[in-house]
Amino acid sequence: MNHLGFELTRVLIGSFDFTCCEGCQLQLANKEATLPEFLALVDIRNFREISSERLDDYDIALVEGSITRSDEIERLKAIRARAKVLVAFGTCACFGGVNSLKNRIPQEELVREVYDGKVIETMPSMRIGDIVQVDLSIPGCPVSKDEVERIMVGLVTRSAATLPKYPVCVECKQQLNTCLFDLGEICLGPITRAGCDAVCPTGKTACLGCRGPAEDINYPSFVQLVKDKELSAADMREKLSLYNGFGGYLDQEN
Amino acid sequence: MIYKVISKPEFKSFIDAIVKANTAYGPKQVDTGCKGEPVYQFMPVHAADEIAFDYTATHSSAKHLFLPFRDELSKFSFTDGNWEQEVRYDAPPIVLIGLRPCDINAVNILDDVMLHGPYPSPYYLARRKNTFIIGMDHLPLPDCFCKSMNRHTVNHGFNLFCSDIGDRYYLSINSANAFSFLKEFKLEEPSYEDNCNLIERRKKIKHSFTTNIEVTGLPVFLDIEFNSPIWEKWGDKCLSCGTCAMVCPTCYCYSVEERFDIDLKGSTRQNHLYSCNLVDFAQVAGGHNFRPKNGDRLKYRYYHHYRGFAANDNQQICVGCNRCGRACLADINPKDVINDLRLERESCMTCVSTSPDKT
Repeated sequence: MNHLGFELTRVLIGSFDFTCCEGCQLQLANKEATLPEFLALVDIRNFREISSERLDDYDIALVEGSITRSDEIERLKAIRARAKVLVAFGTCACFGGVNSLKNRIPQEELVREVYDGKVIETMPSMRIGDIVQVDLSIPGCPVSKDEVERIMVGLVTRSAATLPKYPVCVECKQQLNTCLFDLGEICLGPITRAGCDAVCPTGKTACLGCRGPAEDINYPSFVQLVKDKELSAADMREKLSLYNGFGGYLDQEN
Repeated sequence: MIYKVISKPEFKSFIDAIVKANTAYGPKQVDTGCKGEPVYQFMPVHAADEIAFDYTATHSSAKHLFLPFRDELSKFSFTDGNWEQEVRYDAPPIVLIGLRPCDINAVNILDDVMLHGPYPSPYYLARRKNTFIIGMDHLPLPDCFCKSMNRHTVNHGFNLFCSDIGDRYYLSINSANAFSFLKEFKLEEPSYEDNCNLIERRKKIKHSFTTNIEVTGLPVFLDIEFNSPIWEKWGDKCLSCGTCAMVCPTCYCYSVEERFDIDLKGSTRQNHLYSCNLVDFAQVAGGHNFRPKNGDRLKYRYYHHYRGFAANDNQQICVGCNRCGRACLADINPKDVINDLRLERESCMTCVSTSPDKT
């Protein structure tokens, strides 16, 4: 690959799933409009949704899912040891994701309810960053394909690849959406990181914060907003805890 | 300017014809809020029936039709060791119906910034020249303060302006195009009574304002209050979400971004509307942020609006539509911030003491 006189090399990619739905990886695999170009940009060494090859010589590891079993910890550490760049890929990897809902309930109770008493090894859901060093986080449930492509292009061309620092409101207003607070709902748009093009509020569904907090959010002002609008604090906390992205802020409150 | 009057049914036929023959935008009800209030936006319209002629105010301004939220500035294509740049200024003609005087004034302010400075924007010029503006007056909403900003009337920057004088509109025709469009429709010369009705209407509008902000001497005042604690106080409320700048008819600050095509054979340079309230607005290469605090960022937005920056000839760019105040989830609005600022100084004992006699 030659780009403006610079010789570029395809980056060697490995993509791995832990406790998750593999939906984030699927976002890459099923984006047919640009799949050939994407595959020309990267060299897939290990990505079970795309190739049956299982090679270990990857530079960039995309890690999807949260950690809920001890064998996952070992596998993750091995990936970390091989990869030059480890990417927490998707909300589960970045924050623990919906899997973290189970952290609220005693484990024995969970296993009894779900597996009818079978012996199952499980532990509270952890984010990738709790176990290994993460070099780059791409949040989203699922990740935004455009954003991932932009970041991949950035990695290949060695140019900056960043996420927006501002909240979803910016993108929501640009779609001329009616503010969900004006429709009587709690929306996490004002404190959630943008980059999703406000897809949920555009579909008249409140933002649930899958991309985690924007940079330097004003959490007290958000809490005040919910109060001023006479909306339910319990509903707010439920939304904030769904993807586990706002854990630190919720803890502060308690 | 040519003045005519037109009956309301005939006006509707005129709008219907112009809307059907062109790409048109007008106020439409897009939602009903949780308190039963209608929510309006400037949206594409295809027939006069779709237009809410009696709308109150749109949630967002019509700015994006001149300065799109994201705009492609140029496209690059790379060939072996070389590259080509393609720049396009073309903007298809549009008709924009129902702008209020404050909104037209806002477009005139954007003209000053985008066209009359040392580097006129060809992108803006193309859109501006190809937009046919039909303005309409209205009775102010309780929180409109355009009169305080002296932006409640407008005498240029539109093609046609319609004043509601009961069963007919009093038309101010301000372009040859508008005149020739209207030729097909039944117009009358304004009668003595029509003229009286227009004056009455204007008086009524003028006297209907209930929100007033004292802006006399505000630029100097703001300079004096640069270190006032009130910036921190309001900054503590600010969510830094950029909503105010998005809905504002004059906020024009933008960021420029280069995006590679995924096949690396080309790229685009885009500008996108930004807001001085966003956390990284003043962040520079190397990571330093000149305005890391909410209050500092909020202050600069107020400075740009009420003190003016050199880029816009130091004029105040706020037109008093209060869209920012209505949209702000943290309940920050110009009236309260400016009053707070004045109050803080005017209650200061030293400042209220008698000024020295003239010598």
